Amino acid sequence: MALLTCDHVTLGYDGRAVLSGLHFEVNPGDYLCIVGENGSGKSTLMKTLLGLQKPLDGTISLGGGLIRSEIGYLPQQTAAQKDFPATVREIVLSGCLARCGKRPFYTRAEKQLAAKNMEYLHLGGLAARCYRELSGGQQQRVLLARALCASRKMLLLDEPAAGLDPRVTSEMYALIRRLNREEGITLLMVTHDLVSALQEATHILHVGGVPFFGTRAAYLASPLARRFLAPEGGGQP
Amino acid sequence: MMETLRMYFQFPFVRHALIVGVLIALCSSLLGVTLVLRRFSFIGDGLSHVAFGAMSVAGVLNLTNDLLFVMPVTVLSAVLLLRAGQNAKIKGDAAVAMISVGALAIGYLLLNLFSASSNLSGDVCSTLFGSTSILTLTSAEVGLCVVLSLGVVVIFILFYNRIFAVTFDEDFARASGLRVEATNLLIAVVIAVIIVLAMNLVGSLLISALIIFPAMSAMRLFKSFLSVTLCSAILSVFCALTGILMSIVAGTPVGSTIVAVDIAAFLICQAIAAVKGGILR
Repeated sequence: MALLTCDHVTLGYDGRAVLSGLHFEVNPGDYLCIVGENGSGKSTLMKTLLGLQKPLDGTISLGGGLIRSEIGYLPQQTAAQKDFPATVREIVLSGCLARCGKRPFYTRAEKQLAAKNMEYLHLGGLAARCYRELSGGQQQRVLLARALCASRKMLLLDEPAAGLDPRVTSEMYALIRRLNREEGITLLMVTHDLVSALQEATHILHVGGVPFFGTRAAYLASPLARRFLAPEGGGQP
Repeated sequence: MMETLRMYFQFPFVRHALIVGVLIALCSSLLGVTLVLRRFSFIGDGLSHVAFGAMSVAGVLNLTNDLLFVMPVTVLSAVLLLRAGQNAKIKGDAAVAMISVGALAIGYLLLNLFSASSNLSGDVCSTLFGSTSILTLTSAEVGLCVVLSLGVVVIFILFYNRIFAVTFDEDFARASGLRVEATNLLIAVVIAVIIVLAMNLVGSLLISALIIFPAMSAMRLFKSFLSVTLCSAILSVFCALTGILMSIVAGTPVGSTIVAVDIAAFLICQAIAAVKGGILR
């Protein structure tokens, strides 16, 4: 049973289509990378999948007992967050808010969940530190821990390596891979880093022009991949 | 000096002023942190001018209770302004500026055209700078202020975690199923209530100071959202108390004295942060 199915979806805003003919499904345990040039509608797709905006046409359906608020989200950082006075613990804990329902405060179990996720992402020693004093990689791990508090089923990652140096980037990808392989969390990752995407993902969705969806192997064999990879990899992936 | 204060405390209007001043300072500082962090600092300014405009209309219409008219108008404007902040067609800051100066101008114009008062500039000055209105509160007004302030504090505590979530990351909050629009609406209504209350204390020109200064001072010193919020509340109450007492002793206008104390506190916090930063570096 697919967790997420996009059936001939057209996306856009103000009635103007940005992306059309989207047709793909995500099964439990998949690691799907969404690639495409800037302005090809990757972020619009992400927002639509999260339910922040509606598709212009077609249907997006959830299955396998997944509900929309169980999709964890790792957004790109905003300018306002860069000097936000909050501790790591406060931010991670806010991922549990969806579990609260109408209850105004967090339970002990939710606080333990937050602590466990911080530990898992090597943030245990930083719990009382201020978010704005952390390095880019640490900040990204804080937001990932928050997303994990919201969901253990499916995570949507928006450019998780944006602005990180190469060493921290590969650490970040390793952590994300571990979430997929060891914890069995289904991942959807938007990235413009096609080389890394091809190393990590099980499936590729290429948006812009005629969308491509398929396994990694099928994508590598497609003419689209060769054209898209040419400037970076010199023709042959 | 203590003698003078003891003498003044025998008057109920002085005690009223202190109670109302402390409560308003507390409430405005609580929401100040989220407003400053969300780049909405100027909404307080805009709304207070709307409240001034509404007050003038209420004055012209000869309403018996100004609050019944001023409160709904301000709440409505708060909702519209917060919504304009998300609308790309009219920029949020431009919308605030337009409503702000617009209300101020229309308010003053109406007062000039229709006012029956013999001391027009005195009236306007008192609404803008709150000069004496806090010393002329009736028991009923004090009671209303106490009830509304306690309501604001209770709402803030109950919604603290949600307010934190929408302040830090609105998109994430919305994606995890939080009703962000409802939370924003609640914040807008609470801000409007605080501003209408605060007009009595510092007048409509200086309300922004009550909202912004304690939050900015606290953010210089503390690093968690909770400690910033608590520090901002304590600092704001302390400054309001000091300001009111100083204005009584020195005979200065209440509102501007409180704001002057707030500015001094901000400079001290800034200096402490600079010294601390210097040592750590």
